[in-house]
Amino acid sequence: MTPLAPPPSPPGPAVADGLWSDSDPPRLLAGCCRDCGAYSFPVPDACARCSSVDIAAENLPPTGTLWTWTVQRFQPKEPFDGAEPFAPYGVGYVDFGGKVLVEGRLVESDPRRLAIGMRVETCLVMYRPGTYTYAFREVQP
Amino acid sequence: MTATDVAIVGIGMHRFGRTDGVSGRAQGAHAVRAALRDAGIEWKDVQFAFGGSAASGNADTLVNEMGLTALPFINVSNGCATGGSALTAAATTIASGAYDLGVAVGFDKHPRGAFNADPEGSGLGRWYGQTGMMLTTQFFAMKLQRYLHDHAMGQDVLAAIAAKAYANGSLNENAWRRSALTEDEITASPMVNDPLTQYMFCSPGEGAVALVLARADRARSYTSRPVYLRSVSFRTRRYGSFEVFSPYLSPDRADSPTVEAARGAFDDAGVGADEVKVAQIQDTEAGAELMHMAETGLCKHGEQEAMITAGETRIGGSLPINTDGGCIANGEPIGASGLRQIYENVLQLRGDAGPRQVPGRPDVAFSHVYGAPGVSACTITIV
Ligand SMILES: [Zn+2]
Repeated sequence: MTPLAPPPSPPGPAVADGLWSDSDPPRLLAGCCRDCGAYSFPVPDACARCSSVDIAAENLPPTGTLWTWTVQRFQPKEPFDGAEPFAPYGVGYVDFGGKVLVEGRLVESDPRRLAIGMRVETCLVMYRPGTYTYAFREVQP
Repeated sequence: MTATDVAIVGIGMHRFGRTDGVSGRAQGAHAVRAALRDAGIEWKDVQFAFGGSAASGNADTLVNEMGLTALPFINVSNGCATGGSALTAAATTIASGAYDLGVAVGFDKHPRGAFNADPEGSGLGRWYGQTGMMLTTQFFAMKLQRYLHDHAMGQDVLAAIAAKAYANGSLNENAWRRSALTEDEITASPMVNDPLTQYMFCSPGEGAVALVLARADRARSYTSRPVYLRSVSFRTRRYGSFEVFSPYLSPDRADSPTVEAARGAFDDAGVGADEVKVAQIQDTEAGAELMHMAETGLCKHGEQEAMITAGETRIGGSLPINTDGGCIANGEPIGASGLRQIYENVLQLRGDAGPRQVPGRPDVAFSHVYGAPGVSACTITIV
């Protein structure tokens, strides 16, 4: 899983539509409730806090802080369809400016290089040949 | 409060683990027969039943083996809280005065390895499973990682919790894992989801449990040693709690369903957490036991490390937890897991737990289940 340079246009098929916007750098697309202000990811049909169906899509900031993490060390069952052979990958929640915490794969899979509180940015990765998803990687100082 | 108090007058179990050649349903029938025997009744006496299984078919088809008596038998399906849900429904039915005598049953038989994920069935996009994020093990590891960070706790306590589970399982003839393991062996087993190793996790397994419930005022016509179900409290998650299968979380943390279910169980029973003499709590992995100890109110956040290190949660300690080996030593047949906890608490309250009996005649027992996608059920049983 290699992080890609920020793409000028969609680099290939996304695993799903509507998870991120084609900006440079890529930004995750969250839902913001017009009634109570609560954020969700991905953009939902209704707000989980107040039940409103008046939801606006909004770009999250490109960077955030790692709130928690783990490393996935065994191959998940279906519908997991990641690249073969299986290689462990990091997973974590990233706090985007106190608006919302989003779960995603981490480019780093070495636990010695992962820490709660580290600055990360959103990037796109090829998690299986030809198919992209979003991920988070450490912001280089 | 309830119109009619509820008693548990019969318990039955099919041993947990792997029983090749015996279906989940057959294990369920075995448990029901044992529970009926224990209560001194026959299937034709049973007025209603609630039952569930996640992977072994519809529980209500047990009537084919037990007898076609026209009783209402309702299937229950609530993930890891299926057993707790069957018990909640059965207890409420008796408490309402609608019926006097009923059965709650749960059974399962899962294939080896982690549970399959079904994103669409949980209202999530398929991408969530495709990219490898829909795993309960990941959730527990990430919740634990943050918990250890917030409470400045070390990881050594995790191996101690798992070692206790295997030690207790070695004293339980119905447990799956019956060999004690050292903390070093547990720590040295392969890392699964950092910081949790293989032997810190429970595995999907097989097994069955059935309970016979009756109006409390008639309990002594079935058994000389009734155990009273003082409260059953069931909750789903609130906005802001950190739960399994969540692509996002609110930055505003709310209490978990465990906190609310436990509080409800203590309030309804009129019992304080300090009165609990034995507890069975959800230990999907060692960190879950650690976190749930405090979420249930059995101790304060941050107190666990000292309690566990001092052996307070072992049999013989001040607060024995998961005396039958818990999920870690018994595995998790989803339909039966929550009822196993009640089975163990009834044994402990009757004084029938044999080599793992909690000393000093325990009179108040607590149980807690937690499961996807953020549900919890807690009970208080007393003698
Ligand atoms: Zn809202």
